[in-house]
Amino acid sequence: MRWLWCIWTVLALGATSCGGDDDAGATSSPSGSDITVFAAASLTDAFTELGEAFGEAEPGASATFNFAASSELARQLLEGAPADVFASADEANMSKLTDGGGAAGEPVTFATNRLEIITAPGNPLGITGLADLAKPELIVVTCAVEVPCGTYAEQVFSNAGVTVTPKSYEENVRAVANKVTLGEADAGIVYSTDVTAAGEDAGGVEIPDDVNVAAEYPIAVTAESGDPDTARAFVDFVLGEEGQAILARYGFAPP
Amino acid sequence: MTAERTRDRPPPLVLVLAAIAVAFFALPFLGLLWRLPWSALLDVLTERSVRTALWLSIRCSLLATAASLLFGVPLAWVFARVGFPGRGVARALCTLSMVLPPVVAGVALFFSFGRRGLFGQYLDEWFGVRLPFTTWGVVVAQTFVAMPFLVLTVEASLRQFDTRLEEAARTLGASRWYAFRHVTLPAIRPGLVAGGVLAWARALGEFGATITFAGNFPGTTQTMPLATYLALETDPEEALILSLVLIVVSFAVLLGLRDRWLGSTVRPVAA
Repeated sequence: MRWLWCIWTVLALGATSCGGDDDAGATSSPSGSDITVFAAASLTDAFTELGEAFGEAEPGASATFNFAASSELARQLLEGAPADVFASADEANMSKLTDGGGAAGEPVTFATNRLEIITAPGNPLGITGLADLAKPELIVVTCAVEVPCGTYAEQVFSNAGVTVTPKSYEENVRAVANKVTLGEADAGIVYSTDVTAAGEDAGGVEIPDDVNVAAEYPIAVTAESGDPDTARAFVDFVLGEEGQAILARYGFAPP
Repeated sequence: MTAERTRDRPPPLVLVLAAIAVAFFALPFLGLLWRLPWSALLDVLTERSVRTALWLSIRCSLLATAASLLFGVPLAWVFARVGFPGRGVARALCTLSMVLPPVVAGVALFFSFGRRGLFGQYLDEWFGVRLPFTTWGVVVAQTFVAMPFLVLTVEASLRQFDTRLEEAARTLGASRWYAFRHVTLPAIRPGLVAGGVLAWARALGEFGATITFAGNFPGTTQTMPLATYLALETDPEEALILSLVLIVVSFAVLLGLRDRWLGSTVRPVAA
């Protein structure tokens, strides 16, 4: 029986040491008030910097991020994944949380984003607008309609009255940007912020206001938060002057 | 089963640990069945998109298994029989894709077989062949991650195989190729089948490399795991039903093969 006990101990230790989720861009704080923020994939760069600034502004506090498609995050939250703050790329996925009573208080819109066509650097194929994406010789990728950026892309195509058949429906907006920056696709529909984030690796073609959509990003403290004070402080920081300045630098528009 | 009863009973510790292992594998499936929306089952199963994804999955995984057999068996034979400098390095290289995170495997495939890839740019330039976003891209991605399972299994079988049987066949006038086909291959059949099944199972469940390298388009590259993953974003019920389909298909195949091919003992064919 001693053997069994040993094995159980090992199993138990193993379970605790690998029990965490895949958290990207983790920052740790020795004094302990570390909150977990579930944030949309399109917020990856902006929130990583925002998290560092938050740690400096609030001594002892820090934020650990889990970036994924908002729909994926909403599902994880509904399944009981531990998070203190949820920042979604659309209202629909935020309401999945609020409808189930999973949010503490009303969600607040903290940023807006627009769609843009992403191309190879310098736009070598001379893409001028959405109508060009309907050309059959062009390899176009968009998000799948199951994730927010895919729904928005469909709206934009229908607003512009063009029929585009993508070669692939990607699982999140970063995957669309990657397919284009890696040169496998000629163009894709992403958020303006993704074109900014790609820097020299990509070019962008703006989509006119009359057919574009404004993606609203809501943020909320979760009802399950173990540290609502720090979580509230993080949300305030995002809405505050410094947070908004960082978001603007990554191409987000104010709410 | 009952004929084996005459032997000593296995040690209790072994039984307890084995029972824990069974529970560990059974519980996730029970969890799935527990949450399954049985009422929606028929609606989802009759959807055209589900049949399309399943059919694509079956086709691609079988092609990947065929490719693994075609190239993997000779590779296993070389690893088992031919001593050459750097064999260890070559073997490690050919099995690396087993441990690589699948998404990394997908990106690596981009850099090699993609439109701008090391080799892919010539495929495009000379033959007009583009793998990303095509069904062949799916097959390439699946073969890349699945073949090592076959190679390792077949190599182990070949190492256990008594080469004197081959030599006997040769002294009786069989050519090298004849001896390989009629003596070696039948003798390692269980290993061949086990390796093939492992590779097929891995190919069928492949997700990361496929969605990264081949993309996701219904009918062309959207296999069952991809359809399931995306359904999970909006309609978890549908996702559960899709996973059930994949599980039932895999379970039936594994069960059928197990009894028919792997249960029998190895009987070397005397030439």
